[in-house]
Amino acid sequence: MTRTEFWQGNIASAEGALAAGCRFFGGYPITPSTEIAEHMAARLPKKGGVFIQMEDELASIASVIGAAWTGARAMTSTSGPGFSLMMENIGYAAMTETPCVIVNVQRGGPSTGQPTMAAQGDMMQCRFGSHGDYAIIALCPASVQEMYDLTVKAFNLADQYRVPVFLMADEVIGHMRERIIVPDTVEHTGRPTFVPGTPPFKPGSGLIPGFPEFGKGYGTHVTGLTHDERGYPCATNPGLHATLVKRLVDKIESATDALADFDVINPDADKVFIAYGAPVRTVQQVLQDHPDKKIGFLRIRTVWPFPGHALALFRNARRFIVPEMNLGQIAREIERHTDVPIKSVPKIGGDLHTPAELASILESGS
Amino acid sequence: MSYEDWFRQDRLPHIYCAGCGNGTIINCTLSAVDSMDWKKEDTVFVSGIGCSSRAPGYIVTDSLHTTHGRALAFATGVKMANPRLHVIVFTGDGDLAAIGGNHFIHACRRNIDLTVVCMNNQIYGMTGGQGSPTTPRGCLSTTTPYGCAEPAFDLSELAIAAGANFVARWTSYHVKELERAVKVGLETPGFSFIESLTQCPTNFGRRNKFRQVQDQIEYLKAHSLLKVKRDRMLEQGEAIPEDMYLVGELMRRNRPAMGLPHTEAKP
Repeated sequence: MTRTEFWQGNIASAEGALAAGCRFFGGYPITPSTEIAEHMAARLPKKGGVFIQMEDELASIASVIGAAWTGARAMTSTSGPGFSLMMENIGYAAMTETPCVIVNVQRGGPSTGQPTMAAQGDMMQCRFGSHGDYAIIALCPASVQEMYDLTVKAFNLADQYRVPVFLMADEVIGHMRERIIVPDTVEHTGRPTFVPGTPPFKPGSGLIPGFPEFGKGYGTHVTGLTHDERGYPCATNPGLHATLVKRLVDKIESATDALADFDVINPDADKVFIAYGAPVRTVQQVLQDHPDKKIGFLRIRTVWPFPGHALALFRNARRFIVPEMNLGQIAREIERHTDVPIKSVPKIGGDLHTPAELASILESGS
Repeated sequence: MSYEDWFRQDRLPHIYCAGCGNGTIINCTLSAVDSMDWKKEDTVFVSGIGCSSRAPGYIVTDSLHTTHGRALAFATGVKMANPRLHVIVFTGDGDLAAIGGNHFIHACRRNIDLTVVCMNNQIYGMTGGQGSPTTPRGCLSTTTPYGCAEPAFDLSELAIAAGANFVARWTSYHVKELERAVKVGLETPGFSFIESLTQCPTNFGRRNKFRQVQDQIEYLKAHSLLKVKRDRMLEQGEAIPEDMYLVGELMRRNRPAMGLPHTEAKP
């Protein structure tokens, strides 16, 4: 049995988190993500969970990581300025392989920018924002339904891959209200099993170590320093550092096919839109308005790791058209994966691309 | 058991310099922990960055060695998510009072059920001897080559003002008193803050006319003023010397605390 609701995107994300079994939320108010924290503050105590408003976003993500080590599914939500503050401990989560979910309802930046306006300007920051080499997973919802579904998925992937997973929403998707089908139950993937007595950071299947939850008597030392398989600091061993950091990247990048989540529409088309997040809605409108034109559309939900192999599915593509609410961040990533010419259609300021704007690009042939 | 049972023997030798006071403070803390009859699996040590913060790496329990200044925020997550766990935080003056100052005052304000042991060596030891928020005015460090021009933080006063339930200050000379204070801190619900002044011969002592390790320990002893004595002097209208460190149990109260086991948040 399912039920139908009429929800705001941010509420759908919070409800998705609750359905996924999230039992800890550490947050700090920031527009346009605040509804998620408010909803969790109201709902989590009734589910036996913990909501805590921390003193800043540095502390929010720190508390989430601490909670995650006790075995709890834990999350935070934020937007640009708070996201910048979280970068330090996102690196810590990557280095310590701590499962956690971070929702970024993107707004216009840099700096304080446009608190109430939509943007996709943090797509590179979520991939590369903390110092050093690492890899993460980022999902981009384009509907209220996906705010729910992809939040559930984010928890499963965070646990499965022991990595921070980002729900990279934007103000439009976070604040829009639409119909949503709420399932009775959702899929639940656990963390990889830890075998007591084995080194806690020894990688198992998929290059991922078992999760030695705190409080079970495993006596695990967790550190952001370069560490060996026992978890002990070995910060001046070049080979060990290289092995560890390459594994942190490889465990995600080698799973790119498994993590890929995209739709292919009209794979024979020669002009192909590529979009994620809010611009998906405009592209969908263009396709609906021009059913006779056979316009191609690669609609991406898992942006990181980037599913480069999806581009080859459009065998006749002569141009990829990439509308983004930034100055072409993912267009540049697409360029790395294909020889097909790219038409980046950047738009910043907070307004969505209009269907007419995108249709005119089809007409212009450039 | 003895405190030695809490050490992770395969991590030894440790990184601390000869004459460092941190080992003394860790021993006092682990002796107090050992006297609590706690299971190791129910005990978690958390720390940030700095010499003090390496301590959890030498302890056999689950331990979280986190980012600079953020230990209390991580510890808040651990404790709130599983109040059954006893959470002890090791920190230092730079970690706690400079980069982590905001987390410190808010953890005190929340009065969250943590025990925090601060090794206050009045210097950044790990990075080679830079001035910290507790470097006394006039003292030399690599970033205060003409003498520290800034006034020092009184960490214990800060903890009291911010709302901690239990606050005590001792020095690495006062080992019995320090162990007792940590034990009271572990027993007291809410935020317990135990500050221990300590010698750093490598980076503080040698720049500030403490030629031998014991010179600085003797200095800390000679410049400690018991709170009961200070109170008596105040009553009798005597002047309190300015260069003294107030030691003893500075605050014990029973304000409502967060993160206690078997308690539910009031609606």
